[in-house]
Order: sequence, then C-alpha cells, then structure tokens
Amino acid sequence: MDDALYREEILEHYKRPHNFGPMEKPDRESFDTNPLCGDELHVMLKVDDGDVVEEVRFEGHGCAISQASASMISDEIKGMKLDDLARLDRSAILDLLGIDISATRMKCALLSLKVLKSAAIGTLADWEPDTADAARPAGGAPL
Amino acid sequence: MTTVSQTALALDFPILERERLVYLDSAATSQKPRVVLDALEDFLAHHNANVHRGVYPLAIEADTCFNIGRAQIAAFVGAQPAETIITKNATEAINLVRYSWGPGNVGAGDAIVLTEAEHHSNIVPWQQLCEEVGAELRWLEVDDEGMISLDQLDEFLADGRVKMVAVTHCSNVLGTINPVEEVVARARAAGAASLIDGSQAVPHMAVNVDAIGADFYVWTGHKAYGPTGIGLLHGRREMLEAMPPFLTGGDMIKTVSFEQATFNELPFKFEAGTPPIAETVALGAAVDFIAGLGIERVRAHEEVITAYALSQLEAIPGLTIQGPPLARQRGGLVSFTLDCAHPHDVAEILGRDQVCVRAGHHCTQPLMKKLGLGATTRASFAVHNSTDDIDALVASLGRVIEIFGD
Repeated sequence: MDDALYREEILEHYKRPHNFGPMEKPDRESFDTNPLCGDELHVMLKVDDGDVVEEVRFEGHGCAISQASASMISDEIKGMKLDDLARLDRSAILDLLGIDISATRMKCALLSLKVLKSAAIGTLADWEPDTADAARPAGGAPL
Repeated sequence: MTTVSQTALALDFPILERERLVYLDSAATSQKPRVVLDALEDFLAHHNANVHRGVYPLAIEADTCFNIGRAQIAAFVGAQPAETIITKNATEAINLVRYSWGPGNVGAGDAIVLTEAEHHSNIVPWQQLCEEVGAELRWLEVDDEGMISLDQLDEFLADGRVKMVAVTHCSNVLGTINPVEEVVARARAAGAASLIDGSQAVPHMAVNVDAIGADFYVWTGHKAYGPTGIGLLHGRREMLEAMPPFLTGGDMIKTVSFEQATFNELPFKFEAGTPPIAETVALGAAVDFIAGLGIERVRAHEEVITAYALSQLEAIPGLTIQGPPLARQRGGLVSFTLDCAHPHDVAEILGRDQVCVRAGHHCTQPLMKKLGLGATTRASFAVHNSTDDIDALVASLGRVIEIFGD
C-alpha cells in the first residue's frame, strides 16, 4: 500500500531497526521520553580518543516515526565528531525521513536527535524542537 | 421502542456535516448539538450582561438566564443549585476540594485512597496535598478486567487513617463503571470523605448525586455536549459551609472593608470573579438535550454501540482490548492495542479516513505503567454514533494492519 508517511524505508527501519540493543559500558549516553506518544529512547555511544563516534546503539520503544528516525540517524553518525553531532539541526532527521511531518508528530521525529545531541553534549540538551514550521495539514480541510 | 440509534441520524450536530467525519473521541470532548450552539448565541446576542448586582433590565435577564442554567444543570444530576458550584473544569473542581477542604482535614500520618485508574486530574492534586501535609496515598488495584475490589477498600479503611476516598465513576481508559454508591457508603462508615469524578459518567448514564451520596461529585461541561470552560462541583452543604473559600476576590464576598472581608453564601462563596455565564446557559441547554433524548435511552444506545464495538474489535487478530469484557460493565468507550503498530501510528492512519480516535496515555500514566503499556488507542461513543461508525473504524484498522502487519 502506498502511504507517504509510512513509506517502505521508514517501515523497514521501524520493523528491523539498525543499531538496536544494549551496549556494554558506553562512553556517552542519554535518555529521554516523548510524553505525547509515550516514546522512550536511550542512546549509547562509544567514542575514540579524538571524540569521534565509533559505535552507537539505541534502545527504546515508541511510534514508527520516532523509532525509524532513531534507526536512520544511527547509521549516519558513525565517524562523526561529538562536536559536530552536537551541532546537528533538525534538517539532519527531516532529510533522512524525507516526508512531511505534521506539528503533532514533530516531537516524535526529533526525539532521537534530541537524545543524540544530549549524549554528545553530556547533559540533557536545552533544546525543544520548534514545531512552528511543521508541515500544514494536507487535504484541504478548513483550519 | 425507537432507539436512539434510529433517531441518531436526525440529531443535529453541525460539525458532522463535515464530509465522512467519524467522530469517536467524545471521551476527550463531545461534539456540540445545534441546540447548544443556538443557546450560546441566543444568550450572547440577546441577553448578555454581567451577572449579580446589575439593576437594569438586561442585567436582570442575564441573571435569570444564568440562574436557570445552574438550576437545569443541578436538576439533571439530582443536585441542589446552592450546592452546585461552577468552576472552570473538573480539574479545578478537584483542586477546589484539595485546597479548600484538604489542609484542614488531612494531616500527617493520614491517608487518601485513589484507584490505579484515576485520571491525572484526580491524582496530582492529592499527591501534592499528601506531600504538603505528610499524608500517604493508598492505591486501589484494578484487576485484569479493570475492576476494583471493595474488600481492598475495606482493608485500607480499617485503620481509620483514611480521610478521603477519591474514585472515578467511569474510567476514561478502561471504561469500567465503578460501584460508587458502595465506595461512598464504606468511606462514610469509616469516617472518610469521598469525591467521585463523574466526567465520563454524567453524559452517558443516569447519575443522581443525591442518591450516590458522595461528599463531592465533580464533572465537566465540554464532555456533556456543552462548551469548554465550565466544570461542576456538587458538594454536601455541611461540607461546603465548613470549608474556607478557594479563590478570593469579587463576587465571592458579602462585605469587604479595608481590613477584612466576609464571604458570600453558597454557591457564590466558591465562585470568585465573573463566572462562565454563557457557558452555564449553554450547558443548561446541553443537559436539556440529553434529558430530551432520555438518559436511559442514551445509555441503552451507547451500550449497543459498545457491545458491537467489542465484538468487532475482538475478531481482529493481534488486537487486545483493555478493561471489562461486557458492555454493561462499561461506559461508552473501548481502549485497545494492536501488536503490529504503535497507537500513535494507528490514530494517524485512522485519521486519514477521518476516523477520529485518541492515542496516548490518556492522562493516566500510572495506569499505563500498571498495564505495561506506553499508550493505547481509544474509541469513545456518543449519541450521534451508529454501528456504521464502528464498521468504519474496523475497516480503517484493516488499513493499519495492511501497512504494519508483516
């Protein structure tokens, strides 16, 4: 079935997430939740002496958008410096998802980015996703 | 007998003129029948003035409309107007009791009994009170079928330390209708006060607050076909009279001097500032709308819808229903989970078909933890729903399974 939000790649990451599972003695880690969906995400990183990400694992549960975005971004950040990881912005996730995200789902989409940035910074990122420029509802329904 | 199901099509809810709308979220907020919208507009267009103390004819009209609204609301649930306090919502009504009754009646070493299935609005105020005075919470467990145990209530009450038993009349997640008369009677026999949260009960089943006998009974207008911005606290007169005011300011006073104030009589003592006047008028029209249909017929109709929903949902592989197995044990709502998809994704895909359901923790995070769930999807029913709406829900769930099922 053709569905823009739940396109095949996103469903594939949701059903069979990459880099999913526990990590022994991570160098960096962070945990956060999205109360809207009840999503939970725990990200663990191993970094080398130059603060470059060697390995990433995540655990958690939640909706397809939050879990797929965590899986997709986890593939991208290996080899990245923590400084650069801390500077990633929302486009990193939204480009990977490649779909319009409604205002109510923006927190789902960006939870993994928030937790990854928090792990890189070493404290919970003082950063809330701004939903102001989220996609408007499609379908011509009167607002 | 003509059922509401048959007349449901003739009910006039303007919003349902939106194409294909299948509204199954009345437990979050009800849609508004035209008679309620008309009452709201009629008041604001023709009778609007502030209430109390106006001497010109228009102000007296506004007073009359407001008083009639309160009387209609009180009569609908078998309460006295003077013991019917208008608040902003049910949450504020509970907070009124927590702040006004709580500190003088709950102290260090005392206890408050709640069920595990309470809405956050009937948890957090009591948690805060307990923290403030050094009291403890005791949680009535819900079993696998969503039921509480009166034996456990008796155990909790046995040591005489319980000062308040606060229980939902109908769970907004499990749908369970609790035996509130029994709960209230046992609490009173043990010297504890009682508060019943009737937000999910009043629009859907016959409620008589006098017969239930709770010290406090709260509910909200916007789930009962009325507007937002109005909630109700029905209290027993001797309790209300013994309580200090909650919010203070205008309207709730008898006299004010430079040094002090004396307080107004009930119910105005607890209604500081300009009340929701138009909302009271409109909620009066809303309860008249329900009374006109007949609350027993409304209940019968929603029980039919609920039974049909249970039978249709049970037949879906990988779908788990929460709460009591029988429609007669439930209010008009069904929460469920699907093995293959998260509730938020379910609700999103249902939304594409204009099937409006709620997904999340439903402001019951402790219950979700108990159930071992992060969230559920909830379909909830009202007088305008028919079995066609359930068929639309089931068809749309088929689409979810198509997308997410392996």
